[in-house]
Amino acid sequence: MQHSNTQDTLVGLFVASGIAALFFMSMQISNLGTFNEKDNYTITADFENSGGLKVKSAVVIGGVRIGRVTAITLDQKRFRSVVKMSIEPQYNNLPDDTSASVFTAGLLGEQYISLEPGGSDTPLKNNGKIEITQSAVVLEELIGQFLFKDKDAEKK
Amino acid sequence: MIKLFTQLGANTRKSFAKLGRSTFFLGLTLLGFLDVLLRPRLLSKQLYSVGVLSFLIISISGLFVGMVLALQGYYVLTDFGAEEALGVMVATSLVRELGPVVSALLFAGRAGSALTAEIGLMKATEQLSGMEMMAIDPLKRIISPRFLAGWLSMPLLAAIFSTIGVLGGHLVGVGMLGVDDGAYWAQMQTNIDFYDDIINGIIKSVVFGFVVTWIALFEGYDAIPTSEGVSRATTRTVVNSAFSILGLDFVLTALMFGDI
Repeated sequence: MQHSNTQDTLVGLFVASGIAALFFMSMQISNLGTFNEKDNYTITADFENSGGLKVKSAVVIGGVRIGRVTAITLDQKRFRSVVKMSIEPQYNNLPDDTSASVFTAGLLGEQYISLEPGGSDTPLKNNGKIEITQSAVVLEELIGQFLFKDKDAEKK
Repeated sequence: MIKLFTQLGANTRKSFAKLGRSTFFLGLTLLGFLDVLLRPRLLSKQLYSVGVLSFLIISISGLFVGMVLALQGYYVLTDFGAEEALGVMVATSLVRELGPVVSALLFAGRAGSALTAEIGLMKATEQLSGMEMMAIDPLKRIISPRFLAGWLSMPLLAAIFSTIGVLGGHLVGVGMLGVDDGAYWAQMQTNIDFYDDIINGIIKSVVFGFVVTWIALFEGYDAIPTSEGVSRATTRTVVNSAFSILGLDFVLTALMFGDI
C-alpha cells in the first residue's frame, strides 16, 4: 500500500478519537469529573455500630450529597467504629454541634450518613469530630426485639 | 502403548520448543522498537492497517453491545423499580469486562488473523529471507512496527468500544425506554471509580493487546511456508488468542477486583 496523506490523516483521526474516548471515559463516566478531592476536608464521627456502611458511601444533608466516607476503622480502646468522611470544600459552614446518623436508603438500599446541622456558630474544622451520633438500625435486632416482646406478652 | 507415550513426549517437547522460540522472538521484537522510533513512517502505516481498519467493526459492535445491555438490563432492573441504575450497570459491565474483552476478541479476528496471514505469506513467498539477503533484519523492519502498532491500538480501540457502548445504552435506555437522563449519568458518575474501574479496564486492554499481537505475529513468523501452513497458522492465531484473552481476563479480574 502506498503512503498517502489521507492515510496519515486517518491514522491521526483514529488516535485522536481513541484519546477522546479515554478522556470521555474519565470525565463523563467515572467520578473523576465530579469531585476534586484535593480541596476536600475531613471530619470524623464515631458510632457504636456503623452497620453496613462502606467506604465510598454517601454523606448527605437534607438529601443533598456533600461528601463520602473514606475510611471506617475500629477504635480499639472503646470498641467503637470510627468513620472518616471527606466533605466537599464549599460546605465549610457545618456547625460544630452537627449530629450524624447512619440511615438506609429504602428497605434494602445502601446505607449512608445523614448529617443534621445544629445551632452553634462555630463551624467544624478540618479533622474535626462530630460528637452526637446515632447508630445504624440493624434489621435483625429489630426483628429480634419484636419476637421477644411477642413471647413475653404471651406468657402474661 | 509405548507409541502413545513417545507421541506424548514428542508433543510436549514440541510445545516447549515453540514457547521457547516465541519468547526469543518476543525479545528480538522488543529490541527492534528502537529502530521503529527512528522510522515513524513504518509505524503510521501499520497503525492504519491494524487500527484504522478495525475502527468500524469495533465501533459498530460497541454500539450494539451497549444497546443490548441497556435493553436486557432494563427488563431485569424494572422488576425491582431500579431502572435508574441502568447507567451504572451498562457502564460497569462495559468498562470492566466487555470493553477490553470483546474488543480484544474482535481485534484478534480482524487484525490478528490479517497479521498472521500477511507474515505467513511473506515467509512462504520468501520475502523474509530475501530481506535477510539484503542485510535487512526482517524482525526489525517487518515485525516490530506491527507489534508496536497492535499494542498501541488495542487500548484505544477498547476505549472507543466502551464509550460508544455507553452512548448506545443511553440511546436505548433514555431515548427508547424512558429512563431519566440525569439519573443515567449521575448514577454512573457516583458509582464508577476512576482508578478501580477505568484504569483497571485500560490495564486489561494493554495486556490483551500485547498478547494478541504477540500470538498473531509469532504464528505468522513460525508458520510452515505452504498455503496449508499459513491457513493453519491463521486458525491457531484466532483460537489461541481467544483462549489467552479469556483466561487472562479471569486472572486479571481476580487480581484487580478480588478484594472488593
